[in-house]
This record gives sequence, structure tokens and C-alpha cells, in this order.
Amino acid sequence: MSGIFKSSIGRKIAMALSAFFLMFFILQHFAINILSVINPDTFNEVSHFMGTNPLVQFALQPILIFGVIFHFTMGFILEFKNKSSRSVNYAKNNGNANSTWVSRNMIYSGGFILVFLIIHFIDFWIPELNIKYVIGDSSGLLQDGSGYRYFEELQHKFIPLWRVVLYCIGFVFLSLHLLHGFNSAFQSVGANNKYTQSLKGFGKAYAIVIPLGFIVIALFHYLNNLH
Amino acid sequence: MNLTLQIWRQENAQTKGKIVEYPIQDISPDMSFLEMLDILNRQLITNGDTPVAFDHDCREGICGSCSLYINGEAHGPDRRVTTCQLHMRKFKDGDTIFIEPFRADAFPVIKDLVVDRSAFDRIQHAGGFISVNTSGNTQDGNSIPISKHDADEAMDAATCIGCGACVASCKNSSAMLFVGAKVSQYALLPQGQIEAPDRVQNMVAQMDLEGFGNCTNTGACEVECPKGISLENIARMNLELIKSSIKS
Repeated sequence: MSGIFKSSIGRKIAMALSAFFLMFFILQHFAINILSVINPDTFNEVSHFMGTNPLVQFALQPILIFGVIFHFTMGFILEFKNKSSRSVNYAKNNGNANSTWVSRNMIYSGGFILVFLIIHFIDFWIPELNIKYVIGDSSGLLQDGSGYRYFEELQHKFIPLWRVVLYCIGFVFLSLHLLHGFNSAFQSVGANNKYTQSLKGFGKAYAIVIPLGFIVIALFHYLNNLH
Repeated sequence: MNLTLQIWRQENAQTKGKIVEYPIQDISPDMSFLEMLDILNRQLITNGDTPVAFDHDCREGICGSCSLYINGEAHGPDRRVTTCQLHMRKFKDGDTIFIEPFRADAFPVIKDLVVDRSAFDRIQHAGGFISVNTSGNTQDGNSIPISKHDADEAMDAATCIGCGACVASCKNSSAMLFVGAKVSQYALLPQGQIEAPDRVQNMVAQMDLEGFGNCTNTGACEVECPKGISLENIARMNLELIKSSIKS
């Protein structure tokens, strides 16, 4: 079975499997973040659970980090190999006649998402690790102890306009990436059948609704901070 | 019609090629694209120049010999046709037409617009066959019941003429539509089951060895394929490889 991943198709399947995992992660991330708009108390409770649960912290989080690194690394390796399979380019190539821009430029949308993720990690993940594992405060409470800190911290992050704009751009690229990536992942694992058309519709909806939801969350907190 | 042709000229695989401009006059819209090239070649020969080398054979869309990347698309702007079935009425008087060979490192240029597509033959040799009793007691194929759906799908896959438009159109020079079609045409039929696990493994291994790129599911191959081979065949090949790998 391990031999399959040495083949071109195997690598493609591995990309798809990591994509499935990341798409599920994005969905659950959105489900938690939207709580900050609907009910801040519930958002705090769920954030504290996710931030302190050993299964999430020491099993799922490392898998997530591995998944992210694997998806990006494999994506760049495959792109490099694919580019090198045609050393002389066409003088005239009409790519728009047979494929979408997003499908041909996954490496660029993916590259922007990587930049966004690095900023996102510096913004949220590293300070969180610092509080919990360097300072050693896993209580999740504000300094005055009046409640959980997660919602306040989230709101505070969206005060600067530049960060809101950056997040919005990041999620536009995520949307573009998913517009092709969602269905491409299913095709890669061999799922092309009578359900494909419906799946394509669902994939488009997922690729638009979820990133748009993240943008709404960022704008909601930014506008809330203005008042 | 008066046209300006921008044609890739390359002496052989070792030399570097370049685009050369050729004006051509009085082309009838009823001519086929290859007839237009025949006229150009007659002019070149009359003027003492070397004619443009290009592949062709049946000139009725069956053999898969003709290739050509015309104005940025494999087999030109028309759909479900090979270059030999493309007519000049698809172009306008005064047009500039770019004519290039199918480009992929696995398809090295032999001369001008002729490329070496023997990589496809080697992939076929690796597994594109079935075991048949040829002793004289061969069982009639029709004696094995096959569902209409499977027979149709297998037949659709078998219509691949191996022209290489899929490779030429793919931004990654991937041959997966071709290999997918060849795997599918046997995978769907009972006669193809004996070698099924080895077939997909061997054909994919040979495809990788030839230096084709990896499919990223842009779908360009399906759009440009003159025989309308569907992406479903690539998905089937992927699934066949997964099944075969689990079994082994």
C-alpha cells in the first residue's frame, strides 16, 4: 500500500486527503468563530475547551500542523515537477478556452494563503502558546479574573484596519483556492459519478459561504470596535 | 482569405526552434487546416525553401496522427475535432494564426511540428492489453453478458485515439486522461479483470517514468479532447490504483 504514494497519482491522493482534513478543520474553525458574533459567552466556553483539552492540544493540533505543512510542501513540490515537465512554453496559449483561472493558479492562491497563515499564526497561535506553555497560565481568564479572555482578545485583534483588510484578502484567496480545490480533491480520490454535479454545487457553496463568513466575522468585530 | 501564419520551425531535436512568419493568400474557407498547410508547403517548395513538417495520416479524425497547437489550443479552436477535421471557415480573413507542436518534454520535437509520441506506445505496452485464448477455441465475446452501461462507458473510453491533445493542453503536461481512458476501457469489462491490478500499476509507473506531469484536475484535457474522453476516466484510474494498492 505504501508504494502508491511513490506514484504521481499517489501524491495526488495524498494531497486530496490532506485537503479533506484541512477543509473539515476550516469548517469547525468557522463554526467556533461565528459563535463570537452570535453568543460571546458560548464562544468563550468553546474556545477554552479547545485551548485546554489534551486531545485537541496534543493529538489534533499536531496532526493539523502536519496537515498544513504537508499540503503546502507537497503542493510546491508537485508544482515544481509539473513546471519542469514542459521546458519550452507555447508562444501562444489560450488557457481560458478550456479551464478556469483558479484551477490553473492554485499555487498562487495557495501561496497567498500560506502568507496569511503565517501572519495568523504570529497573531493568534504563538501568543496563545506563550500564555499557556511559557507563562503557564491555562486558566483562560482575564487578568482581573472577571471572565474568559478569548472574546476580548478577538475583539482587540480587529481594531487595526490593516489587519481586517489583510484577513479579508486572505479569505478571498481561500475562496478562490476552494472553488477549484474542493471538487478537485474528490476527483483525485476517484469520486466522479452521478453525484458529481450536486457535489460541484455544494463545493461552490462551501468555497463562497465559509470564507465569506470569516470576512463577516472580521468586519463585525471591526465595526463593533468603532462604536 | 489572406492569413499570416506564425509557425514553429525546428531543424531537429538537438537544435533550438523559433517562430517564423509566413503570409499566405487565397485560402478557401472550405479547405481543411491541413490542406492550407499543404498549399503553404507547395509555395515553400516552389521557392526552394524547406517545407513545414507536420504529422497526418487518415485525415478523417480516426488515426490520431495529426496534432498541432493552433492559436493556443490543441487541434485549434473547434471542439470534438482533430486538426485534420478543422476547417478554415473557423478563421477570418486577415487573421494571424500561431501553429506550434504539442509541447511536453515527454513529447520531444522531431522536426518543426512533428513530435515523438512513442511514450504513449510504451505506456500501452506496459499494460494496455488483455489475455485471450488464441488457440482456436476462443470464446465468443458476446457470450459474456455485460451491462449496457458498462459497455457504453468502456466503448467511450476506447474511442481515445491517443493523439496527445490532453498532454498538450494540460498546464502540467499530464497524460492522465490518456492513461485513464486506456485503463478504463479494460477495467469496465470482464475480459479486462485478469490483469486489472497489474495493469493500472504498470501503466501509471510507465507514465511517471516517461516524465509526464501530474494532473491537477483543471479539466483542460477533457475540453480539448477530440473524442470527448471524460475526466471520469481519470477518477476511475485513481480508484483502480487505490484498489490495486490495497489488494497488493
